[in-house]
Amino acid sequence: MTVQELPGAAPYRPTPPPAWKPRTDPAPLLPDPEPYRVLGTDAAAGFAPELLRRLYTELVRGRRYNTQATALTKQGRLAVYPSSTGQEACEVAAALALEDRDWLFPSYRDTLAAVARGLDPVQALTLLRGDWHTGYDPREHRVAPLSTPLATQLPHAVGLAHAARLKGDDVVALAMVGDGGTSEGDFHEALNFAAVWQAPVVFLVQNNGFAISVPLAKQTAAPSLAHKAVGYGMPGRLVDGNDAPAVHQVLSEAVARARRGGGPTLVEAVTYRIDAHTNADDATRYRGDGEVEAWRAHDPIRLLEREMTDRGLLDEDGVRQAAEDAETMAARLRERMNADARLDPMDLFAHVYAEQTAQLREQAAQLRAELDAEGDV
Amino acid sequence: MTTVANAAAKPATKPATMAQALQRAMRDAMAEDPSVHVMGEDVGTLGGVFRVTDGLAKEFGEDRCTDTPLAEAGILGTAVGMAMYGLRPVVEMQFDAFAYPAFEQLLSHVAKMRNRTRGAMPLPIVVRVPYGGGIGGVEHHSDSSEAYYMATPGLHVVTPATVADAYGLLRAAIASDDPVVFLEPKRLYWSKAQWSPDAPDPVEPIGRAVVRRAGRGATLITYGPSLPVCLEAAEAAQAEGWDLEVVDLRSLVPFDDETVCASVRRTGRAIVVHESTGFGGPGGEIAARVTERCFHHLEAPVLRVAGFDIPYPPPMLERHHLPGVDRILDAVARLQWEAQS
Repeated sequence: MTVQELPGAAPYRPTPPPAWKPRTDPAPLLPDPEPYRVLGTDAAAGFAPELLRRLYTELVRGRRYNTQATALTKQGRLAVYPSSTGQEACEVAAALALEDRDWLFPSYRDTLAAVARGLDPVQALTLLRGDWHTGYDPREHRVAPLSTPLATQLPHAVGLAHAARLKGDDVVALAMVGDGGTSEGDFHEALNFAAVWQAPVVFLVQNNGFAISVPLAKQTAAPSLAHKAVGYGMPGRLVDGNDAPAVHQVLSEAVARARRGGGPTLVEAVTYRIDAHTNADDATRYRGDGEVEAWRAHDPIRLLEREMTDRGLLDEDGVRQAAEDAETMAARLRERMNADARLDPMDLFAHVYAEQTAQLREQAAQLRAELDAEGDV
Repeated sequence: MTTVANAAAKPATKPATMAQALQRAMRDAMAEDPSVHVMGEDVGTLGGVFRVTDGLAKEFGEDRCTDTPLAEAGILGTAVGMAMYGLRPVVEMQFDAFAYPAFEQLLSHVAKMRNRTRGAMPLPIVVRVPYGGGIGGVEHHSDSSEAYYMATPGLHVVTPATVADAYGLLRAAIASDDPVVFLEPKRLYWSKAQWSPDAPDPVEPIGRAVVRRAGRGATLITYGPSLPVCLEAAEAAQAEGWDLEVVDLRSLVPFDDETVCASVRRTGRAIVVHESTGFGGPGGEIAARVTERCFHHLEAPVLRVAGFDIPYPPPMLERHHLPGVDRILDAVARLQWEAQS
């Protein structure tokens, strides 16, 4: 017998809860069921030939940059290189989707995006060459330092975009992260802050299939990484990461949305890391050649080349020209990287604080004396 | 005549708490510089769980004093981005042990950004952390986390022990172009002193210790929450015939070797007193520095009176853990006075 059934008791009437309704309609935030594609579809006809040519030139340069940088590791000129071969469409589109005044927040695999944005390639490679950590003034090209700790750069992008908006500046931040990085707490916190603050940020997740050796299936049980956006109250977009005009379009739309005060967007670009994690990694331990070959057939350069050739926007001359342009870039990079980096050990103490502490002055003097003694030998 | 005129010109002092002085420091900094932003959990509408940010959101608006989502890494991480864009964030971590989720941002970015970019991108961020025990807090509310911060090059680590210093040091921290971990001894939040908020003492640069009590027999080297304990111990020691000097470090990084060593050379004996654990705590570093620099002036080994090497105790047992007057006096007694003749 329950309480309300007791003889003489008033009939039980539950107090109605305070009104509840969903705070955001989730339906418009959901990503498309399939990655968005342009190449090989009717949508391709809507793209300006100049944009396609620009994308093509940059993709070819980007591929050559990747192979050159990888070669430099074998020659001992780079300590390590995490290649973005196969992911050039994402790297290039990220750079081209931004205005000059906008900010790019790259991860360690995104030197190509920084270079495509106009950063000097030798400066961009400083971290990986090992002569310093960040080789450029981030404010000069509005490129944040390449971030090695995964996803930690995402809250920086949110804070910067938020600050810009507080100051009334028309600035958007685009932050890059990989599929593995989406498991980090900072990914969650950055997306949450961005959505709460409606910060003008675009998050680009390059889902390249692997976090070093760990495949996506061991990383997440989400329907897609783009779906994660819905939980934060921001739209998620899913795009074919090897389709350069598609990535460019989706990112440009997200940037425009952020710029007009529409808040953040999460974009998942589905792509593939053709090379190993870095030159120090052995990818044969965790994946088969068949998978790699299947993705090679979906190569971003070949996809765009075919489309442009079919539409008469690219001929053999154009292909050769792009290749020559890339070769010139690679030769120049090789030449500059073959010169020894200029090192000054005293730099180790120069930038720890605005003003050197007494303790660091003592230690700097000690190193100075050691260097002088070496010089005397 | 001069004395009278000065007295008339000096604004009246009134009792103020350390919490009020800290609030006033942020308020004055925000009024002077529109790039100063306060952010953290409950710092806006509520004014902080210790009321240190009381009234700031009302006076400067929620864009200048912001209630953030409850996520310490996100708070500090977004503060990094704000500082990259030219703002000067003052971040509140609600309690010592709740600051730990922000460690990666602090250690990997806040501390390293200036050095990483060869000085191109300094981060003028203040991370305010209420720390230490003695308030009857339950687990995770009483940690002494200073050693973690001290071990991280690129950070300044500052802790006031008086009302006047709370104001002066926080103003200096906000004005600094380097990141400052500003440790606020929470058991001193309600400590009072005569203070004139409209004419505070001139702001001293970060990095200077100060002699709080002159003495000739031994030096107690301390900071933050342990300063009042050391002063009390020094008074008690006087009755036993020991004349103790008390040095308040104020800044753990940069460390003021000069003031500390000048004192120890005068007295010939030293004890470091802090709540933090002894093993791996600040006292080991301080004792080593003093020994390296003052060896020939020392009459006895440099001693440490520290918290035990245990997780912070539950509130009903914390008095056994915290260095108190008796434990300090016991250490003073062990300073080989018999060798002096």
